[in-house]
Amino acid sequence: MKVVVDLNKCSDHGQCVYSAPEIFSLDDRGELSFRALAKDVYRSGELDESLRDSVEEAADICPMQAIEIED
Amino acid sequence: MVVVGASLGGLRAADALVRAGYDGEVTLIGEEPHYPYNRPPLSKEALVAEHDFEKIRLRSSAKADAYRVMLGTRVERVDLSRGELYLADGSSRGFDGLIAASGLRSRALGIPKPPGGILSLRSYDDLLSLRAQLGGVTKVVIIGAGFIGCELAASLTTLGLQVTVIAPEEVPMLRPLGHDLGAAIQHRHERHGVHFALERLPVAIEGGLRPSAVICDDGSRYEAQLVIEAVGSTTNVEWLQDNGLDLTDGVACNEKLQFAGHPNCFAVGDIARFPNLLFDGVARRVEHWGIAVDSGRHAGKALASVLRSNEPVQEFRPMPAFWSDQFDLRIQSFGMPGLVQDSASIRVIEGDLADEVAVGYYREEILVGVVLLGMAQSHNKYRKILADNLG
Repeated sequence: MKVVVDLNKCSDHGQCVYSAPEIFSLDDRGELSFRALAKDVYRSGELDESLRDSVEEAADICPMQAIEIED
Repeated sequence: MVVVGASLGGLRAADALVRAGYDGEVTLIGEEPHYPYNRPPLSKEALVAEHDFEKIRLRSSAKADAYRVMLGTRVERVDLSRGELYLADGSSRGFDGLIAASGLRSRALGIPKPPGGILSLRSYDDLLSLRAQLGGVTKVVIIGAGFIGCELAASLTTLGLQVTVIAPEEVPMLRPLGHDLGAAIQHRHERHGVHFALERLPVAIEGGLRPSAVICDDGSRYEAQLVIEAVGSTTNVEWLQDNGLDLTDGVACNEKLQFAGHPNCFAVGDIARFPNLLFDGVARRVEHWGIAVDSGRHAGKALASVLRSNEPVQEFRPMPAFWSDQFDLRIQSFGMPGLVQDSASIRVIEGDLADEVAVGYYREEILVGVVLLGMAQSHNKYRKILADNLG
C-alpha cells in the first residue's frame, strides 16, 4: 500500500494529520510537510498494512479529496 | 442492506459496511442522476475554475463491484417494521438494515418573483444551471448571508460580477460565528467590492421573465439580472413518515445514531439529530461536511456489528470541524461555536480581528468552540486545546 497526495488539490486543511499522524504532518507554517519533498504529486514508499485504517480515514476526511491509496 | 442517499455520508457508510467485512448485499440508492460528489467546491473552486464533474466526483475505498449503486432512483416510503423500501417506479426492496443519508434540499422564499433567473445552489445540476445563466449578467443579488451566501458572494465577485447580499441579520454568519467575527469578515468582503444590504427582508423580486430588481421591506431596491436564494434548507425525511419516528427536525437518533426503537436503522449527515456526548445530551443536527464523513463511517461500521452478532455499538462523539474559503480568507472552526450566542462569551484568544485571529467560544466558562481566520500554523494547537477542554 502506498499513499499518493495531489499537492495541487491539497490546500493544507490538515484533517489528515488527525486521522493518520504516523503519515501526515504540517510544518511550522501550517503546510503539508510533503510539500518539501515533491512539487505536484507526493508518492510514499510502501506502507505497512497496519496503517490502512488510518490512511483510509485520512483519504475519506480530506476536504479536497487529494489523497489516494495505491495497492 | 440499503443506504438511502448517494451522498457523501451515504457513500462513506456503504464503504464502511464493506470495509467492516459485511458480506451480504449492499445497495446505495440516490435520487440525483450523479455518482456521489463533493458539494463544498460548488460555491467555490468548481464555480470559479469551471471544474467538470470528474474533479468533484468522490473516491470510494471499495472495489467497483463491492455494492450496487442505483442512481436517479427516488425512494417514496419505507416500512421499518416489515423492512421494506418502496421506490418511485413501483418496485420494492427488502432489507435487514437501513442507513438514511437523504440530506437536505434548498428552501425558497414565498415572495412574488419572476419564473426564471432565480436559483439556489445545492447540487451539481444547480451549478450547471447557474453557469448557464451567468451570460450577460452584471449584477447579482444573493439573498441570505450564511456560509453558502458569503462563499457565493466571494466567488461571483472574483468572476467580475457586482454582488449585493441581502439578509435580515446585522452581520453575515451571525448565528454560527457571533457578531464581532461576522463583522470582521463582512469588512473583508466589502474591501473586495461586495455590497451588503443587512437588517432587511426581501418582499418581492421584480421583473418579466427574469429578475430586474429585489425590493425589501424598508422600500430599498437592488438591481439584479440574477437572484440566488441561499436561505437555508429542509430535511429530506418525508419518505420516513408513518413509522412512528420523531421527524420534527431531521431524524431523532440516540447517541449511536440509531433511530429510536430501531437498532438496525441509522441516520447520517445533515438529517441526523443526535446528542454528541462530547458536549452534552441535547440532540442536534450538524450540517458539516466532516460530520457527514464521520457519521457515515460510524454508521456503516456500527450496522455491520449489529447484524453480525449484536456486538455493542460505540457512541458517536465526533469533534465537529468546518471550514469556509472566502476570497483569500480561510475560516476554520473546531467544536461547536454556534452553541454560544452571548457576545460576552465570545472572546479573542490570539491575534487581531482585522488580521489573523483565533476566537474562543465559552459556555459557562468552558471552551466549546474555536474559530480561526488564517492562523494556519495554529490549527493543530487550538484543536488540541479544545479537545483537552472537552475532556
